[in-house]
Amino acid sequence: MTHPRHLLGIAGLNPVAVTAMLDLAESYVLLNRSGKTQRDLLRGRTLINLFFEDSTRTRTSFELAGKRLGADVINMSVATSSVTKGETLLDTAATLNAMNCDLLVVRHNRSGAPALLAQKVDAAVINAGDGTHEHPTQALLDALTIRRRKGRLSGLTVAICGDIAHSRVARSNILLLTMLGNFVRVIGPPTLIPAGIEAPGVTVYHDMAAGLAGADIVMALRLQRERMSGGLIPSAREFFAFYGLDRKKLGYAKPDALVMHPGPMNRGVEIDSDIADDAARSLIKEQVEMGVAVRMAVLDSLARGYN
Amino acid sequence: MFLFRKIRFLDSAAQTLVEGELLIKDGVIADFGPSLGRPDGAQIVEAEGAILCPGLVDLRAFLGEPGFEYRETIASAALAAAAGGITTIAVLPDSAPAIDDPAIARLITARGQETGSLTLLPYAAATRGCRGEELAEYGLLKAAGAIAFTDGQRAIASSRLMRRALAYASGFGMRIVQHPEDAELAAGGAATEGARASWMGLPGIPAAAEAICIARDIRLAALTGGAVHFAHVSTAEGCALIAQAKHEGLHVTADTAPPYFDLNETAIGDFRTYAKLSPPLRTEADRQAVLAALADGTIDAIASDHQPRDADDKRQPFAEASPGGAGLVTLLGVTLAQVQSGHLTMAQALALLTVKPAAWLGIETGRIAKGAPADLCLFDPSRSWRVTAGQLPGKGQNTPFDGRALEGVVLGTWKAGNQVFFGQA
Repeated sequence: MTHPRHLLGIAGLNPVAVTAMLDLAESYVLLNRSGKTQRDLLRGRTLINLFFEDSTRTRTSFELAGKRLGADVINMSVATSSVTKGETLLDTAATLNAMNCDLLVVRHNRSGAPALLAQKVDAAVINAGDGTHEHPTQALLDALTIRRRKGRLSGLTVAICGDIAHSRVARSNILLLTMLGNFVRVIGPPTLIPAGIEAPGVTVYHDMAAGLAGADIVMALRLQRERMSGGLIPSAREFFAFYGLDRKKLGYAKPDALVMHPGPMNRGVEIDSDIADDAARSLIKEQVEMGVAVRMAVLDSLARGYN
Repeated sequence: MFLFRKIRFLDSAAQTLVEGELLIKDGVIADFGPSLGRPDGAQIVEAEGAILCPGLVDLRAFLGEPGFEYRETIASAALAAAAGGITTIAVLPDSAPAIDDPAIARLITARGQETGSLTLLPYAAATRGCRGEELAEYGLLKAAGAIAFTDGQRAIASSRLMRRALAYASGFGMRIVQHPEDAELAAGGAATEGARASWMGLPGIPAAAEAICIARDIRLAALTGGAVHFAHVSTAEGCALIAQAKHEGLHVTADTAPPYFDLNETAIGDFRTYAKLSPPLRTEADRQAVLAALADGTIDAIASDHQPRDADDKRQPFAEASPGGAGLVTLLGVTLAQVQSGHLTMAQALALLTVKPAAWLGIETGRIAKGAPADLCLFDPSRSWRVTAGQLPGKGQNTPFDGRALEGVVLGTWKAGNQVFFGQA
């Protein structure tokens, strides 16, 4: 098997590759907690964070991961309001080639943009979220978080709640979790469930009580404000009443069910503060910690293959 | 003067392929039969096993002029058309400026004559500037040579406006050609709604967007007595509605294009923007329904739906890439593939490319008959070639059939008795 050059999505991976990546990330969790660093691994390598869409936590997480491995990290933000968006993308690719960039982390508001860049750049491309397509490092960090807390990553029932239609996090998570033999339930109003998402291991619910019954993990997704103006749901308060994760709805899940959220949260819209801040149930802070370790593993793994 | 020997041709009366000889003289088909002897001065074209058919009549193509010359020009399109055996093209009006003025309609016709190899018949805009607001001057445009009215790649969205267009055009005995898509349902979409689009994270266009528009326009045709033609029909439901309307005796006709009976939505995998079309590629069930509608006569013609795009139009994130595929040079080969696979007879396939669109247009070409214009295409149905984007004749290289092996090589194309394309022997 040839070493994959890019990480464009979970769709290109298999269970062996995912498990190996999580094992490597696990070792970085221990390293990070011990306070040691491994700054020789990516020494002399250039990592560029190319963000066409605003993001604080993902960019920071990649930046920290790159620096902990000794890479030279550069952040580039490109305004998406420019009318010549498409030209910018390929012009940027040419520029990056000229700079001898080794690792390119890309976030873009259009599905497939990192795949397009990957055809044009010499660097290894890591998809840090593209449109409503995929966000593979988020799915990997969620998987690592679940595996550490539940001790396994198969046979679990994972409920993903809210705006599935516009969520790349949901898509990558569904792909990864079903690949490893978990049962995924997606719960939301019909206008926020993408067409044809039902598949082996994926069940659609429109009712939180039914969807959460017996769930081991409950993931809430961020609801974008523009979904209201787009007429997909009538109001935030109606959404919260039926799909917002609060103490009562969490009660439908297993007694030891854990709560996750990819951030940033809309408190009182898709998740109640009472749940988000409950250290006994919420994994949200741990997700952030796992994010750095997973991204170190991804950078390390791709850099080894790249050479 | 050319004498074709040892060729097969479609006898328009009998609708079967017959072996024999055919003579063209003074720009028309002078004679044909089992043996014509050796007329003085005739250049002999011998091509054993080859088929001589009327030059293809393409009901729908965008040729770049005026305003989009970076995508295609009439001169570059003429090269591609000749190589594809096409001798007549109905040209879409959504250029810049649009063909909404008699002078522009006349210009398109004249630009076709300048090529010497291609007759161009202009569609005119159904609404001024193809903006979907006010009717264009149908009477003056018809007098200037317009063959029908359409807003090209844009659907006539307003029911009220469509009603008026159908009614007003019927007064001049003219058709309205619709891009059948409910504009609001389809807004912002990039692929057929369903599992594939969902997993790729692409905004979807439901197949129902086509059916809704077709159903509405059929009712409006019934209401007004007008004639409506649905372009590039792509769904099972759309085909069923059209079949029903024809059964009711309404003035309804339709065409489709090779991508819709040859490809399905899987072609957009890995975000291949050359396979981003409008309407989008559909499911396999829809593809099969379109093929069945070709075989049973529900669909009246196969058009190239040529929509040339350049690299900058296509090298974009999928949702932003311009929809459309180059189609001139592959029109014949992709259609013949359905003959090889047994879904269409050779007579059916050729009729859908020649005599039927010619009848729709009301023109003399498109048939093998004594005195008919000598617009002809000679092709070898058993030889194959490979479609390679970047190496096609003409400017438009954005073929959704890139890499595809096709059987049916054009050996020569004749326009009004003159050979305008010389294939490799």
